[in-house]
Amino acid sequence: MSPAVALAPVHQQYLLQARQMQALSFAVHIPLVAFGISFPLMVLFVEWMFMRTGDPLYRTLARRWARVMAALFAVGVITGTILSFEMGLLWPNFTATFGSVFGLGFAIEGFSFFMEAIFIGIYLYGWDRLSPRAHLACGIPIVITGFTGSLTVIAVNAWMNHPGGFRLRGGKVTDVHPLTALFANSYLWHELIHMYIAGYIVTGFLVAAAYAFGRLRGNWGRFERTAIAIPLTIAALAAPVEVLVGDWAARDVAVTQPLKLAAIEGVGATTRGASEHLLGWYTDGQVKYGIAIPHLLSLLAFHSWNAKVTGLDTVPPSQQPPVNVVRISFQLMVGIGTMLALLGIFYLVVRIRRKRLPESLWFYRAVVLAGPLSVVALIAGWTVTEVGRQPWVVYRVMPTAAAVTGAKGIPVGYATLVITYILVGGAVVWILRRLAGAPLEVPPELPPEAQPAY
Amino acid sequence: MLYVLPLVFVLAGLVLYAVLGGADFGAGFWQLFSAPGERGERIRDHAHHSMGPVWEANHVWLIFVLTVFWTGYPVAFGSIASTLAVPLFLAALGIIFRGAAYALRAGASTRRELRMVDMVFSVSSLLVPFALGAMIGAIAANRVPVGNAAGAMFSSWLNPTAILIGVLAVGNTAYLAAVYLAADAARSGEVELERDFRARSLGAGLVSGAIAVGGLVVLHADDHVLFHELTRGTPLVILIVSVLAGIVTLGLVYRRQFEAARLSSAVAVAAVIAAWAIARYPVLLPGLTVRQAASPHDTLVTLVVAVLAGGVILFPSLALLFRLALTGRFDPGAAPAPAPAPAGGPAKAQVPAGSRPAPAAPPLLARVAVRPGPAAPPLLTRVAVACLIAGIGFLNVANAGWAHAIGVLSLFGFMITAFLTIVPAALAGDGSGL
Repeated sequence: MSPAVALAPVHQQYLLQARQMQALSFAVHIPLVAFGISFPLMVLFVEWMFMRTGDPLYRTLARRWARVMAALFAVGVITGTILSFEMGLLWPNFTATFGSVFGLGFAIEGFSFFMEAIFIGIYLYGWDRLSPRAHLACGIPIVITGFTGSLTVIAVNAWMNHPGGFRLRGGKVTDVHPLTALFANSYLWHELIHMYIAGYIVTGFLVAAAYAFGRLRGNWGRFERTAIAIPLTIAALAAPVEVLVGDWAARDVAVTQPLKLAAIEGVGATTRGASEHLLGWYTDGQVKYGIAIPHLLSLLAFHSWNAKVTGLDTVPPSQQPPVNVVRISFQLMVGIGTMLALLGIFYLVVRIRRKRLPESLWFYRAVVLAGPLSVVALIAGWTVTEVGRQPWVVYRVMPTAAAVTGAKGIPVGYATLVITYILVGGAVVWILRRLAGAPLEVPPELPPEAQPAY
Repeated sequence: MLYVLPLVFVLAGLVLYAVLGGADFGAGFWQLFSAPGERGERIRDHAHHSMGPVWEANHVWLIFVLTVFWTGYPVAFGSIASTLAVPLFLAALGIIFRGAAYALRAGASTRRELRMVDMVFSVSSLLVPFALGAMIGAIAANRVPVGNAAGAMFSSWLNPTAILIGVLAVGNTAYLAAVYLAADAARSGEVELERDFRARSLGAGLVSGAIAVGGLVVLHADDHVLFHELTRGTPLVILIVSVLAGIVTLGLVYRRQFEAARLSSAVAVAAVIAAWAIARYPVLLPGLTVRQAASPHDTLVTLVVAVLAGGVILFPSLALLFRLALTGRFDPGAAPAPAPAPAGGPAKAQVPAGSRPAPAAPPLLARVAVRPGPAAPPLLTRVAVACLIAGIGFLNVANAGWAHAIGVLSLFGFMITAFLTIVPAALAGDGSGL
């Protein structure tokens, strides 16, 4: 199949840097997406509890969380904008060639993002200025757009991994059906659900980690206990479910992207009844120093004792993804995910059987770790998807090297972006600490400039 | 004519971005060019507070323009973005720092911190419209050929025409912002601020007008073709409309009719963009007509339907946001809406500033009389368990697509019912169960 390119191909010396720049922008944005997906629902739940009980604790909690939500949304707006710019800055030939196929996904996402921005503005500035019911109602579109936004963007990613809805004729894209390409794609659903639940795990554990950290330093009143119980319960329920969803995702990948599965598991040659390897390092077509469990891979991926697992050697080395990056990322994701699920189950058992929160300090130390580790798992998971797709930008249709820009100065842009993100990252940490350190209730008599904008 | 429609949407989005987003960028302009000291602080605060609720929504017009453009005219998008990578990247940096400044201002508490944040905000507020304007200028001056980075990296956008459009874009933001902020000050009855921004509107309007007229001279010398295209036939008529709208706006500002001035200034901006588009039509980039650049038929139909359907949801929401913002409902200290107190009535805590109440101290953390929530019915627990079992069965044992769909729904059912079982039972009381 001749590769499709709309603009004349170029040689880009800094392809790897361009890919790293994209990966960096993505890794910075994706934790904010997790908050965008799940935090609004948590804030609304707390606000709803206030309406139901009238307990001012919930009001204080909802308003504090809403301020965090606002700050993270603002940062997410800009990091997301960078990603859309990079569609042209780094991969103009990808967009030029396939914009007619996948572009619609982003156009719909644009509307979703619009609604999110509008209602987040109304929600944040509407406390005390709208009736409680109207205010709560204004939060609902934020929850819905959190879902539709991920739906459309992941539809594009799923299309890149499992392209359809168009035909290639002499290197030209014809017979384009964008709705089929984006939404009639079997690959979309496991990716969407896997990410959506990950959003709840990451936000749940990160918010819980902040209060668990406070617990270790002796901040442990009714407020803190309530504030940790809500996100922790959500994360504790979502983490085990994510293991089940992950199993489904892996089985889908095994069928649609056998080479990605081969990279994930380090399967050099096509094997029947393939073993699953834990840890280890892939070299010379096999996993060395790993723990092999016979037949487990065939069993997990195809539900069959002797199922055939396609090996990497079915394609030339130039078409194989970088195995160790994919494999180690996968093991990180699964390893952390399993530990988070176990932590969640422990919490649920204590909550249900003892009707209280766990008391052991070790539990809270584990939660403090679980927050950042869940982000690591999130990024590792996306590394599996995206690096496992290489060397293709559109799987088995367009090589990444054909998509890249011909513009010079990628290293300069890369370095600038790294510095910028370090500054923005520092700023985010600073503002979150500020918001966390604010007194629990801001009295209304303070002059306007001492009142937070949100 | 289907192939033109997405371009019409893109240009309409561009006008809205220039008018709404422009006012937002211009707020940064005035933050930079306001004197230090008490009066300057008030100007800076005013500029920030007026834009806070609307900036994110204003920003999304840019995303709208980008996504519709690359869906409708992918080859043109790839060519523009690769040749004009430098100004596009500069605009991206400006947007990052501006957005970060909005987020940070919420946490800044001292004047020094505020000034630092405002400085970052202002500089990036100048950078973004200049870079985006220069990109438009580069396209207008035919410096962007079809191809992957086929044009010059710097001279494509650092030439007199492109720089002119960039500067004009900055002037335009300053002007629009001054009108917007004057209106905002008038509404909240801040006489002094209103006077300040009225003077600024008039000044910026006159300067922008002068740059535009002087720009025609630059255009005549630098890009004769564009000059000629603009100064005959329909484009000329529309340009004259633009000039008239500009003059009307000045008159309206002078007579303190700011709301009407906002509309007429939007007409002036829209007319310039329309004149340019009509003068250029049917060419999109050199050697590439709009028709050649357009996506296949199916994509265009779906895109147009999506944009129209999106607009049906979007515009009422946008109207709601602006109605609340423009009628002063979001102002600090605005009167609360009727019936703010829910059942139970929140006890207002009076805590001295800066001191964190001890976790168990009243009144915030005191026990509050609440309706005890009903004990979680065992039914819910049973539903949760049933959902979990069904979820595992359909998702992890079965292998058909429809089964997976049922499995996913069951698992969501499990998470929701289990959450409702576990959390309110402990939270509805005083938390001693925790």
